Amino acid sequence: MALEQAARSGVVPGATLRADFPIFDRPHRSGRPLAFLDSAASSPKPRAVIDALADTYAHHYANVHRGIYELSEDATARFEGARRDLARFIGAPSEREVVFVRNATEAINLVAYSWGRANLRAGDRILSTEMEHHANLVPWQQLAAATGATIEYVRITDDGRLDLDDLRARLPGARLLAVTQVSNALGTINPVAEIAALAREAGAVTLLDAAQSVPHMPVDMAALGVDFAALSGHKMLGPSGIGALWGRRELLDAMPPFLTGGSMITRVTLEGAEWNEVPWRFEAGTPAIAEAVGLGAAVAYLESIGMDAVRAHERSLFEAAWAALTATPGIRLLGPSEPGEHAGVISFVVEGVHPHDVATILDTEAVAVRAGHHCAQPVMLRYDLPATTRASFSVFSDLDDIDRLTDAIAVVRRIFGTA
Amino acid sequence: MDNLYRDFILEHYRSPHNQGVLDLHDLQFADSNPTCGDEMSITLRLDDAKQRVADVAFTGRGCAISQASASILTDELRGLTLAELEAIDPKEVVENLGVPIGPARLKCALLVYKVLQGAVMGAEARWPDEAEVLAGANEGGSAP
Repeated sequence: MALEQAARSGVVPGATLRADFPIFDRPHRSGRPLAFLDSAASSPKPRAVIDALADTYAHHYANVHRGIYELSEDATARFEGARRDLARFIGAPSEREVVFVRNATEAINLVAYSWGRANLRAGDRILSTEMEHHANLVPWQQLAAATGATIEYVRITDDGRLDLDDLRARLPGARLLAVTQVSNALGTINPVAEIAALAREAGAVTLLDAAQSVPHMPVDMAALGVDFAALSGHKMLGPSGIGALWGRRELLDAMPPFLTGGSMITRVTLEGAEWNEVPWRFEAGTPAIAEAVGLGAAVAYLESIGMDAVRAHERSLFEAAWAALTATPGIRLLGPSEPGEHAGVISFVVEGVHPHDVATILDTEAVAVRAGHHCAQPVMLRYDLPATTRASFSVFSDLDDIDRLTDAIAVVRRIFGTA
Repeated sequence: MDNLYRDFILEHYRSPHNQGVLDLHDLQFADSNPTCGDEMSITLRLDDAKQRVADVAFTGRGCAISQASASILTDELRGLTLAELEAIDPKEVVENLGVPIGPARLKCALLVYKVLQGAVMGAEARWPDEAEVLAGANEGGSAP
């Protein structure tokens, strides 16, 4: 397997690793190999993850936490094993702090409904930022509307950084800070440890949107000093339909359930119910069992490469792509230019051409990118753009993908007569 | 999809017909396509009898498909009654572009239709049913 070569050499051989991802065997209608530059939306899956899903359904599947029989015990052990693997991967002090949900959106909603409605009152202040994905904005707007709390947004600078002076000015008195580690629309890597320390000093609980960071860099929740974190399996080479909320145990222990029903209870009578312990209190109904096991396989795949190597790989691709796009006339780049502050996500505008036209023409060249507002309309508004085109990298990306991108942009400029 | 950006489309995009705002107008509406951030507004002036479209103009910012579609459709509107405006078939709006439009770009092509219906009704119109519009419309369609 290509992966073993990667582990031996200590570097990520993007193109070689691509052999682990069966989706690249699918022919593109252009007849050209696919240059897939949209992992920030959802990533392709390595064979190991697909096999884990199939193997679970074929050989280890029964409902979890219920059956007094061998197969159910087997399924439960694999499901809980995936929780343990994920906890280790994100630096959670205990797997009991990891709640399986569908995706980062559900994780944030869980906190907004459970912690938010139990802890916030009229007049309390929620702090978010102009940089957030809608998933880290709308649940807080709804929480504010439901509780009478107010909501403010930390500004972003012209070059796409969080304005930390503005953060410091707004933090005193805030009850909650909801902030992303990596902006899906700008690529910015926020200084989360520093931000979380400021929030803690101000007495605010910090929720981290880690959906774009956990797949691409080493992340240690305990070391970062945040209180909650949300992530999606489908962005980290894992299956869709599975994600996780991490929360400090004392916070989770004190929270009421979000969804109620089976398996999140200890005792039910016709008069009422008692809640199960965490994390199961927040996992009502039969969970996505095989998908959780598949997420565990994705964690194993990433760990075998090493997250330092993944980050170094994507950083070098960022540097190459940023240089190539800077050298291309008629391109406006968004976000910080400093490689240490920018993940493998590059948002750009081809002057005079709408991003949807750019993406359509790139698709004819078998270059897959995202075009649109990236579920971050306030970011588009901030830079007075209707939309941007976004290229994003993963472990299998390589320099050839960047050549394909710039060649395809040249085609766009030729067609639109802006070359 | 390879010939989506035919010269015909690009000419309408670069030099759209009927662009602007009619100072004197009887109908006007502005709408957007939130998925791509495109915005479009339309003004229509009726004849003295207030029966038929005397003039029409649109403004907007958006992709080549949405702008070309607006340019092409507004060319067809003069002389039509309000009932005829309302009866315009969204499938024809797409077909008039003369290039294959797939599901991913359908809303781009139909934004002008939605804005026009909003102007006729005086309220935001619904998007046409995508599956219906795409059904057999062109090779880019995926509907059964």
